[in-house]
Amino acid sequence: MKRYILRRLLGMIPTLAVISVIVFVVIQLPPGDIVTATLEQLASSGVDMSDERIQNMRAQYNLDQPLPIQYLYWIGNFITGDMGFSYLYARPVNELVWERLGYTFLISVGALIFTWLLALPIGIYSAVRQYSVADYTFTTIGLLGLATPNFLIALVLMYLGHSWFGISVGGLFSPEYLNAPWSWGKFLDLLTHIWIPIIVVGTSGMAITMRLMRANLLDELQKPYVTTARAKGVPPFKLLMKYPVRIAINPFISTIGLLLPALLSGDAIVGVVLNLPTTGPLLVQSLISQDMYLAGSLIMLLSVLTVIGMLLSDLLLAWVDPRIRYERS
Amino acid sequence: MNDLEHISPRRLAWLRFRRHRLAMTGGSILIVLYVLALLCEFISPYGPEQRNVRALNAPPMNVHFFDEEGQFHIRAFVYSYDLTINPDTWMREYRENTSTRYPLQFFVEGEPYELWGLIASSRHLIGVEVGGQGYFHWLGTDSLGRDMFSRILYGSRVSLSIGVIGVVLTLFLGVLFGGFAGYLGGVIDSAVQRCIEVLQSIPTLPLWMALSAALPTTWSPLTTYFGVTIILSLFGWTTLARQVRGRFLSMRGEDFVVAARLIGASDTRIVFRHMLPSFSSHIITTATLAVPAMILGETALSFLGIGLRPPVVSWGVLLQQAQNYQVIVMTPWLMLPGAFIVVTVIAFNLLGDGLRDAADPYGSAR
Repeated sequence: MKRYILRRLLGMIPTLAVISVIVFVVIQLPPGDIVTATLEQLASSGVDMSDERIQNMRAQYNLDQPLPIQYLYWIGNFITGDMGFSYLYARPVNELVWERLGYTFLISVGALIFTWLLALPIGIYSAVRQYSVADYTFTTIGLLGLATPNFLIALVLMYLGHSWFGISVGGLFSPEYLNAPWSWGKFLDLLTHIWIPIIVVGTSGMAITMRLMRANLLDELQKPYVTTARAKGVPPFKLLMKYPVRIAINPFISTIGLLLPALLSGDAIVGVVLNLPTTGPLLVQSLISQDMYLAGSLIMLLSVLTVIGMLLSDLLLAWVDPRIRYERS
Repeated sequence: MNDLEHISPRRLAWLRFRRHRLAMTGGSILIVLYVLALLCEFISPYGPEQRNVRALNAPPMNVHFFDEEGQFHIRAFVYSYDLTINPDTWMREYRENTSTRYPLQFFVEGEPYELWGLIASSRHLIGVEVGGQGYFHWLGTDSLGRDMFSRILYGSRVSLSIGVIGVVLTLFLGVLFGGFAGYLGGVIDSAVQRCIEVLQSIPTLPLWMALSAALPTTWSPLTTYFGVTIILSLFGWTTLARQVRGRFLSMRGEDFVVAARLIGASDTRIVFRHMLPSFSSHIITTATLAVPAMILGETALSFLGIGLRPPVVSWGVLLQQAQNYQVIVMTPWLMLPGAFIVVTVIAFNLLGDGLRDAADPYGSAR
């Protein structure tokens, strides 16, 4: 098992390296850079910079170097924990990102748990009671969830929240707790707000999870061992939970890795609509104003989160399913 | 029984598809939507930028058959709106002015247009007579007084086509990479596999956002449109490539492929003449199921303001107006383009499910 973990850890490195190159290329795409942007800003306020100063500034950001060297500087700093400076917010990227990444992580993991808690039991029920009214109802609801863009669900919730309950949906905290230090009250306040983004982000993965669970379990239920166990008189519920469900649930552990990018994507857009203090709105803002250090660091961090999530799901799968462990070692 | 033996696989698939009632419904809805998009200049009562200053932010209109006295009229009609400002809330309120009826007519004169840039006309399918005081906004208007229904129709042209064009590109990339990986195997296979793994572990939306934000704002609407399409398909081909690869791997050992190779057929011939046709139906199914993802992608990007931008009209661009809380509460009908998105995506999913069942004509009956 140790060797397997080690191999998987080493396998992450080239993946992350390639991703970092892609991200670097993407953030280099827009014309202009931080120096030209600063110069424009200065020029509009009437300050003229001498050529020498400009050269110095370029050197300060390593912009006088060829691109591969610039990449090395960027990724080197990134690894050592320095993500550069955001000129949009006039603050180091580090400060900006860490305070938001936590909420993004919280909402994504929350959404994952929410999806599973609801979708897996429904999938099991739909498989056991195939073609029942409830099965069709759940399938229809799932299809609706799949077809509705996340942000539209958020918009509709906002509308319903206002017209039915007269509350304003949005944000993660009530105004009085917004800038307050952490306390028990603030935590409770967070809990009363955070379930909305969790539901909104979670619905997109719900339909797929539900249908997959249903299909997996249906395949499993047809197998002879189930008939044998039933013939022997094993209580139906115990039989279901102990054998077919356990096998049918295995593939889901490996889909965490695939679900995570989707959840992070969902959070990116829902954050904008619901005005959440997550990485999404920050990313959109930085992209619109072409604050590329900030944008690049954010995308890179989200990718790292995803890759780690994939690794965890693989390890979990190896832990649950001994066949994988032995085959690889 | 004798007849059955002469049914071609294609006909068998069609027969099977026709039995799938949900898929037929989905298909019909899509046909209607695409016809609407194709003929949007003619069907929409107004032009996409035409403004009606007497009805800014007007709610959807009721189409009446009975007037105030309960009298039935064979020709449907609408009332115009009276605008009042509520003295308590200072909000604009529209009330129907029942003094004059404006009958709806077919083929009315309206804003001139050129259908597909070829046929010049000014006839619109349905509307009220121009010149009078009447107007017809059955899905309401936006803050500039532009007719929502017309704009949704114009938007559907962009939103619906971006999905199809994007999927064609995706198909090309997916079949190309997946096919070569599966057929050639070895180093190329593992290289493509690694490539797919890397691409799949980047959260798609942030990357799409970064790329489309990099599109120069100076580009013409048409170039931006293609730019966004290419971006969407650039990262969408991985799933398809995986499936194609799997098929190729399992098919490589089949007798007919080995036979073709022994005769001395070239690699390209084997791939395109022998292997591809045997799972083209499968590819079509996957493509159908991939269209919604493209449509949702475009919508999300445009909604955030980094995909297509006005004056281009797409469903995402239209929804951009409904971004803040106040707008949603005051003018909820601006969310209507969302309903069109939902219906389209569901229809594509139903159609895809049906195609999947039909693609395997010898499979067990449902």
